Amino acid sequence: MNMFEDKMEEHLPPMAKAIGMSMVEVRDRSCIVCVPYAEHLVGDPDTGVLHGGVITTALDNASGWAIREHEDWLDGLSMATLDIRIDYMRPAEPHQDLLIQAKCFKLGQNVAFVRAFAHQGNHDDPIATSIAAFMLGIPNIQGKNL
Amino acid sequence: MSYLQKWRDEGDASDIQALVDGLPFAKFLGIQIDQKGSEITTILPFRDDLVGNVNLPAIHGGAIGSFLEITSVIQLLNDTNLVRIPLTIDLSVDYLRSGRPVDTYGRAIVTRQGRRVASVRAEIWQEEKAKPIAAAHGQYLLAPT
Repeated sequence: MNMFEDKMEEHLPPMAKAIGMSMVEVRDRSCIVCVPYAEHLVGDPDTGVLHGGVITTALDNASGWAIREHEDWLDGLSMATLDIRIDYMRPAEPHQDLLIQAKCFKLGQNVAFVRAFAHQGNHDDPIATSIAAFMLGIPNIQGKNL
Repeated sequence: MSYLQKWRDEGDASDIQALVDGLPFAKFLGIQIDQKGSEITTILPFRDDLVGNVNLPAIHGGAIGSFLEITSVIQLLNDTNLVRIPLTIDLSVDYLRSGRPVDTYGRAIVTRQGRRVASVRAEIWQEEKAKPIAAAHGQYLLAPT
């Protein structure tokens, strides 16, 4: 297992695994993830398009990952989504992979800001875009709910 | 015939649970319905694969967002005679408290229903309704072509 796979496995939460999400690429302050099409992710049985919640999950998770790729990120910090606003431009085409690109625009002392967009291969034809704020904190101290 | 049309025509149109069970992603999340007359409460039973932070543990923000969206759409389908599932135009989610590893409950209210667009607010909570763990408002396109 190389470092990339190691890192991916370490940060892949159960919900991300449940929707079949995987990391494709990490770069400076940003990342790309992929969600392959699957029947259990369908939102509308008439059209077979992915449920908005799948896109929400992927955007939220990719946004969190982008923060970890910021050069000022400190391993051991915790984060929690404060809010996310998603615009759905068009339904996702059935039987095609969903790709998410996320970029952390600001990593402050308390809050990080991330923009992400979902597409299916063509950047000029987005599925959805999102903007999210994440609260940063000292992690996982027993009894402290950050 | 659309899935919703079939549900309205052939089934008991008041059986929201039957409707939800036919929606793959809602079924995958395990969403249950508690219906008392016109009042609908959605339930997201806790399950290990809804977790986003294994250290706390806390429910994934995406599972929370999905549950809010489904709660909103179910209320909208109950309040209207739509025969196609509405398309979400936008959704704004505020995460108010960490989602602990217990069951979560949801309620939604259609704040405005127009000819083409409906606006819906939803709130979800765990032990105490007065302490919501997240809230959302969204715009939904009705009768998408």
